Amino acid sequence: MILAETGVSVFSSLFSNFWVVLLLKTIAVMGFFLVVPLGVGYVEHKGLAHMQARLGPMEAGRFHGWAQLVADGVKFIQKEDVVPAAADRNVFSLAPAVAMIPYIAILVVLPISDSWFAENLDVGIFFVLAMSSVSVIGVMMAGWSSANKFSLIGALRAAAQLIAYELPLVIAAAAVVMQAGTLSMIGIVEAQQDLWFIIPQLPGFLIFMIAAFAELQRPPFDMPIADSEIIFGAYTEYTGLKFAFFLLAEYGGIVAFSGIAAVLYLGGYQPLPGIPIPGPLMMMGKIGALAFFFIWLRATYPRLREDQLQRFSWLGLIPLSLALIMGVAVAKVAF
Amino acid sequence: MTAQEYAFAVIAAVGSISAIAVVTARNVVHAALYLVVALLSVGATFLLLGAEFAGWVQILIYVGAIVILFLFGLMLTKAPIGRDTLDNTHRWVGLLVAAGVFAGLAFLIQDAFPLDAEPFEVFHGSTSVVGESMFRDFVLPFEAISFLLLAALIGAIVLARKDEGN
Repeated sequence: MILAETGVSVFSSLFSNFWVVLLLKTIAVMGFFLVVPLGVGYVEHKGLAHMQARLGPMEAGRFHGWAQLVADGVKFIQKEDVVPAAADRNVFSLAPAVAMIPYIAILVVLPISDSWFAENLDVGIFFVLAMSSVSVIGVMMAGWSSANKFSLIGALRAAAQLIAYELPLVIAAAAVVMQAGTLSMIGIVEAQQDLWFIIPQLPGFLIFMIAAFAELQRPPFDMPIADSEIIFGAYTEYTGLKFAFFLLAEYGGIVAFSGIAAVLYLGGYQPLPGIPIPGPLMMMGKIGALAFFFIWLRATYPRLREDQLQRFSWLGLIPLSLALIMGVAVAKVAF
Repeated sequence: MTAQEYAFAVIAAVGSISAIAVVTARNVVHAALYLVVALLSVGATFLLLGAEFAGWVQILIYVGAIVILFLFGLMLTKAPIGRDTLDNTHRWVGLLVAAGVFAGLAFLIQDAFPLDAEPFEVFHGSTSVVGESMFRDFVLPFEAISFLLLAALIGAIVLARKDEGN
């Protein structure tokens, strides 16, 4: 492992040329985005099959269906790229990219250890929240340009959901920022040297995770793609690689939000006291555990109804998160 | 020219072209999407000036919330689905108002910052600097604006609310 002082990117400590460092950072972030979310997708496919005792994904590659990911990839590449006749072609084609790019951007500030990161922005967590809300524009573009009523309803539901759950998400993150006294992702992790924030901020962690599920439109908050009502929401008309990009955006989102939750509440790359596990392994382990939790809940909970979903945020989570931030402010001044 | 000036030229060109496209687009949803690009370039200009916090606030609030509300409202009401188009019949009035605003702003800005003035030192507006000046030097205006926004919020709820029985 390469050692560097805290807060200095490993890339900057190895090379001094700006363009070389920039190139290496881009390659590292893109590599991370192309590898880790695919792993999550694989676990979702195989893990869900196990949880539901389905035999489908047990065939590919003979032994235990290990080659399912390869089979899925080949299937997506083979499919014809269909654009509906009435669709707005340019917006339709641009939408998967707009949905995906924000999650790549989030990975730029995600610290894997105190030196393994691409950028340590002064406004780190704020940048992350800004990016996560941009992704929905891609879903709205997809839903509208498909020229399909079900797609449009799906897009509207996605937007309404984002508006409702963005508030508790930002407020829960703000409560952590208040306790840590910094917006920088590295700074927040360093502030948890003695005590992970999940202990003093347990309600905040629960609010953050619920809101993250809703932002990613994962079950039980998958009303925008409710297949029994609106086929597949905004993605109904998408096929082949464009559809695969939306899936990649979803898995990238799971990795990004797992990473943010690990940084905010689970001490990021900080090891457990007394157990000498290196920082990057610790961080990846936390991301993996939270990502598994995202998948697990899909097999466990039924879907909320649209009105229940809105009511739950506006009358439940938002007042709760406002109370939380007041509590944290009082505690911050008092202690 | 410095690297910063080259970057500004690119960002300003992208922002201006997309701003013009917002008003010339025949399709309201396209106009809203061009607005996203225009607002992103305003955010990028803030970043270029070293105002990191203001830049990301611009993107979180305008792109992440306001444009999404725009699109939501448009799709729920007027937006034709797919490739249909709409047009606005008030384009001459719009042109007049836009020209007036442009002339006023151009006069004020070149009056305040003449071309031959000393160039500013780029000031890195870190979050703690912004926070300190806002809550130390400008606490009263800040509270006044908060109060105004709260009043507007309550007003909006009162207007939008449908009482039972009416």
